Amino acid sequence: MYNQSLDKGPLKDDGRDQDEDRRIEFEHNVLAGYTVEPKDWMPEGYRKTLIRQMSQHAHSEVIGMLPEGDWILRAPTLKRKAILLAKVQDEGGHGLYLYSATETLGVSRDLLYEDLLHGRAKYSSIFNYPTLSWADVGVIGWLVDGAAIMNQIPLTQCSYGPYARAMVRICKEESFHQRQGFELLNEMMNGSEKQKEMVQNSVNRWWWPTVMMFGPEDKDSVHSKESRTWGIKRVTNDELRQNFIDVTVPQAEILGVDLPDPDIRWNEERGHYDFGEVDWTEFWRVVSGHGPCNRDRIEAKRKAWEEGVWVREAIMAHALNEKVVDRHG
Amino acid sequence: MGNDSSNKEVEIPLYEVFIRSANGLEHRHVGSLHAADAEMAIMNARDVYVRRNEGVSIWVVPSACITASDPSSKEMLFGPSRDKIYRHPTFYNLPEGVRNI
Repeated sequence: MYNQSLDKGPLKDDGRDQDEDRRIEFEHNVLAGYTVEPKDWMPEGYRKTLIRQMSQHAHSEVIGMLPEGDWILRAPTLKRKAILLAKVQDEGGHGLYLYSATETLGVSRDLLYEDLLHGRAKYSSIFNYPTLSWADVGVIGWLVDGAAIMNQIPLTQCSYGPYARAMVRICKEESFHQRQGFELLNEMMNGSEKQKEMVQNSVNRWWWPTVMMFGPEDKDSVHSKESRTWGIKRVTNDELRQNFIDVTVPQAEILGVDLPDPDIRWNEERGHYDFGEVDWTEFWRVVSGHGPCNRDRIEAKRKAWEEGVWVREAIMAHALNEKVVDRHG
Repeated sequence: MGNDSSNKEVEIPLYEVFIRSANGLEHRHVGSLHAADAEMAIMNARDVYVRRNEGVSIWVVPSACITASDPSSKEMLFGPSRDKIYRHPTFYNLPEGVRNI
């Protein structure tokens, strides 16, 4: 669900691409709407950019299981627990679709995952914030998944076939995530004063981190231009952010919560909502590893990986044994 | 795994997954996943690719068993069908008034 543009600069070809003609033809084809498939020739920079973006996206999905996973055992009803379990399972599934699509570029999942476990890979900054109350589960569905959908719909048109196809599947499932979140919050907003307060408090904490999910402003995101030429990214960070705010403000009104930005107001001339300045210092702090939960998230994944060694070894040994038994009949 | 390989894990093999969405339709490639053997690949495919009635039948094939054509031999493999236009019904001119042909 969570693709985020985290990049400070473009990944340039390191001069190994001798074939300028092929490259020009490639860019021409991509602009003409041609879909690139795994075995097609592609510029090295295109491949690297995709590997980085798709693996970051995959990592974000599996890290994204953690904040919500914290609430599975504390879900208030059986219904909500079943929904949350299904949702967290979906996130794991989304991670797998994306790792699988990334592997078509000739990298192994284990290597990508190793980068994550050793803090060499990035993932969406939003998951470095803690889930402090049950309302956070609803707010993640409504706001965080809502922002993710906004990000992901244009990616279904991405020039790389396996990525685009994975995104189609993800977007279909994502819609359930957002709706269950909104419904959960709506139920709480029709409940006691304490429940309403809990929702408002949660919105106050998650609003700005969500707005940051679209990545740095266009003027600071050199990467966007190259991604556009290659048809990887078709809509800019600022456009996505604006679209998200435009659709979310009326939803907040229906829900009856205040968005913690006093500068939000309708701008008749622009046909959009104006909004306040994002605290980019906080964004870069969290992205670079100093958010409230960065260390916990990686620690949790590392623990799961290490404690799973014996399982992975056992299934491989079992598979090998079966083969031997088959052979000897 | 033996003791000698304890610090370097073997990567669990990759399988390609094909799903038949309904009887009457062909299996279609949906993606890949890692599994120790075919049986586990089917189980994993169930969890990953058919959580919402996406299919009624699953095929899994070790990725290493698939041989794909090379895009650079496109001309050789797919070229001829373009220059043999007489293989297409639209190549033939029929007199006006001919029906059911």
